[in-house]
Amino acid sequence: MYHETRPQRILLPANPLFVAATLVAALSFNLMPWRNTLGLPDLMALVLAFWCVHQPRRISVGTAWLLGIVMDIANGALLGQHAFAYCIMAFAGNALSRRLLWFPVWPQALQVLLLLLGTQLLMLGVRMISGSPFPGVLFFASSFISALLWPFVTLVLLAPQRRPEMVDENRPI
Amino acid sequence: MEFQPQPFFHRGPAPLVRLTFFIAIAVMLMVLDARFHALEAVRSALGVLVYPLQRLTLAPVDAFNGIAGYFSSQSSLQRENDAMQSKLLQSAKDTLTLETLASENDNLRRLLEARQRSPRPAVMAEILFQGRDPFSRKVVIDKGTGTDILAGQAVMDDTGVIGQVTRVFPMLAEVTLITDKEQATPVQVVRNGLRAIAYGDGAALDLRFMAANADIQNGDVLVTSGMDGIYPPGLPVAKVTRVERDQAYAFAKIQCVPIAGTDKHRQVLVLALAADVPPPPDAETAVQKGAKGSARRSRARQAAGGG
Repeated sequence: MYHETRPQRILLPANPLFVAATLVAALSFNLMPWRNTLGLPDLMALVLAFWCVHQPRRISVGTAWLLGIVMDIANGALLGQHAFAYCIMAFAGNALSRRLLWFPVWPQALQVLLLLLGTQLLMLGVRMISGSPFPGVLFFASSFISALLWPFVTLVLLAPQRRPEMVDENRPI
Repeated sequence: MEFQPQPFFHRGPAPLVRLTFFIAIAVMLMVLDARFHALEAVRSALGVLVYPLQRLTLAPVDAFNGIAGYFSSQSSLQRENDAMQSKLLQSAKDTLTLETLASENDNLRRLLEARQRSPRPAVMAEILFQGRDPFSRKVVIDKGTGTDILAGQAVMDDTGVIGQVTRVFPMLAEVTLITDKEQATPVQVVRNGLRAIAYGDGAALDLRFMAANADIQNGDVLVTSGMDGIYPPGLPVAKVTRVERDQAYAFAKIQCVPIAGTDKHRQVLVLALAADVPPPPDAETAVQKGAKGSARRSRARQAAGGG
């Protein structure tokens, strides 16, 4: 049995402006003129999944849909492809939120990998149905690289919510 | 009397309801887009909204290119200059002969009373970025309806055809490369004038539905045939790299690589559509004509059998 023994940190509430800013930043990263690089991490999906897990009350299906539509327009993809996949990812992220945060960060990354792979599979399925060719197995490398970035993203995006550690024997938290 | 207390936490509709709602919209959009191509107006309107963000994300890349160009060394510039000089000299020879050939051609065509091939105006554009979508081969150029770009126009670089404008936004246009899976280019073999259609296959092109004994060899150059009135005739498209003739199949398997740098250049030319192309025959009338013809034939056959 796995037992969580390390102390849990109490985080400050997240600033909605910071959440929005990071989402826009991730979107901008995705809109940058990357050539057709297979295996490029889908930072938009990763940051969206992060906030869906950490702020399920604020970021959910609606936000995911909107960002997905923007991705579709900017990439010239099938309209609704990203929106569809991101919606389902956001829903799963919200639903997993309670359980996922119970784990340390690397096991979290493993479960996020499954979430991202599922998202890519959905997009692949949609495109295969509409008659596009299979882009190769390297297409899925993107999810693996994104999942490797999860601990780093956690470190950066949770930084504003952390407080300086004050050790006080009388007040354990 | 019934009294409903105010809900303690107001959270809106249930997550599952929300999910179903948004998925329904997304699926509807996908079907409309893939089946009926009915969303071009929506796309172009939303494209205008996304445009500033896209330009903003291009800024750091442009800045980097600018700085890199600033530090490019004297010797590399000198070398580039020399190469361009020699290229210019070589092409000068061709252009000089071209003028005489063009006038000679005009005269001959007038003699034959053939339709004059009018030169087409072209607009220069710059490739802004390549789409991130791994399922298709598309690039986005920096000219749109603002500079009279129309969907369907051919796009070329200095060596040959790279693709066709498929979607136009007010300030951008999307070009589908000839290597895209859904792009077909009417071509002709330079050596013997054989016509074919080159389909993209993601990285290169292949000629489908060519008979197993078709006269095509390795190294054959394919140029546009101009049959469709979209591409001007004679632009280089691809070079045959592999011909596979298998007795088991009715068609040969012919692979080609594009001649133009579909993944390389930044500057491209967008060619205007030919003004005087007759409209293609209506599909329905063609079918009806075919049906009428066969009916007449069967009646004739009956009459012959009866008489």
